[in-house]
Amino acid sequence: MSLEDIKKRTVLDPDGKEIEIDPLKDYYCAATPDMKMEHHKSSAPIIEKFANWARSESLWILAFGTGCGAIEMRPLMTPKYDAYRFGIQWRATPRQSNVFIISGYMSVKTLKRAIRAYEQMPSPKYVLGLGSCTINGGMYWDSYNTINRLDHYMPVDVYVVGCMPRPESILSGFDTLKKLIKEGKGEGAAKYAENFEWYKKNQKQIIQDWDMPDYNW
Amino acid sequence: MKELIERLRNKFPVKDEVFQKDALSFITTEKSQAIELVTHLRDYEGYTHLVLLTAVDWIEDGIFQLTYLLNNPAEKKDLGVLVMLDREDPVMTSSHHLWAAMATYQRELFEMFGISFPGSPRLEEPFILEGWHGIPPYRRDFDTKKYSQETYFQRPGRETHDPAEHMKKKMYPEGS
Repeated sequence: MSLEDIKKRTVLDPDGKEIEIDPLKDYYCAATPDMKMEHHKSSAPIIEKFANWARSESLWILAFGTGCGAIEMRPLMTPKYDAYRFGIQWRATPRQSNVFIISGYMSVKTLKRAIRAYEQMPSPKYVLGLGSCTINGGMYWDSYNTINRLDHYMPVDVYVVGCMPRPESILSGFDTLKKLIKEGKGEGAAKYAENFEWYKKNQKQIIQDWDMPDYNW
Repeated sequence: MKELIERLRNKFPVKDEVFQKDALSFITTEKSQAIELVTHLRDYEGYTHLVLLTAVDWIEDGIFQLTYLLNNPAEKKDLGVLVMLDREDPVMTSSHHLWAAMATYQRELFEMFGISFPGSPRLEEPFILEGWHGIPPYRRDFDTKKYSQETYFQRPGRETHDPAEHMKKKMYPEGS
């Protein structure tokens, strides 16, 4: 997308009439995330507990490698580590996944795509920050083009430290994530909805040419 | 490669030859005739492959150095053609017609160094950086650390250790 794509313009419809379109209103929904919708709390605790167990045992990862850490995810798919036995699998589109692994450094250009992908994922959704770069910038802490703290742009559930973490560490990170979900603490989506304006403010401070809707879903 | 450079000298202003290896040399030429020289190398001397086009910022001398690195696949030799540009007015003749990849290199140099190549396709479209304001980041007067500290959110508590000192303290706490 570019700034031109979201500008108001007049186009000819199939009948030859001139109509005015406003892409931000006509093509996208202007609503912001609703906190109540994101919570997914059931009225009965036992059902909530069951639901959390089910969620924790079915982690579908968005196959979007944002940095060098994406390399460390490949061995997890192989028979040696075999993450599939833990209910973890990779999906090609944000619409089918609920775990977003930010694998390593995040450039501003990638951040824009990552925010779109994150917002398109159905909740409950979780973010796993992989490597030191997502925590404080890692070895790219003084770079002109990579962000330093991921948790200012999207809610992070689990961090896996290391540069790079080995596949075992990632599996251990998944273990922690599962524990959090089972305890009912995997509420990243609700946190994002609650602090939506703060996250947007931070994102727009970094991304200078904001050429997409405020909330992409 | 000396013969080649002597041959070139008859036609073009060539100076500051550096014979780095048997198969790698650099020559410096004038800005006005650089593209003719590169075209001549490509069409008559067998330097048909463009390895890269890159720039160096000699801030102390007030110049940008462009390096056209060419490769002769038949003789397995590389020749770098250096061109010095004024840092205040960094404009170079575009050579996108010689190699398809050249337009991409020129786009990158425009974005990262602010060196302009008038007429090069899609030159001013964002390439790697999107929505970049201020001076191009590869110029040496751009302070990347300061920019990062001002722009991105820092997490407090970051410590830096000199690896040698740190390991010395850790392994020999008594000091020996």
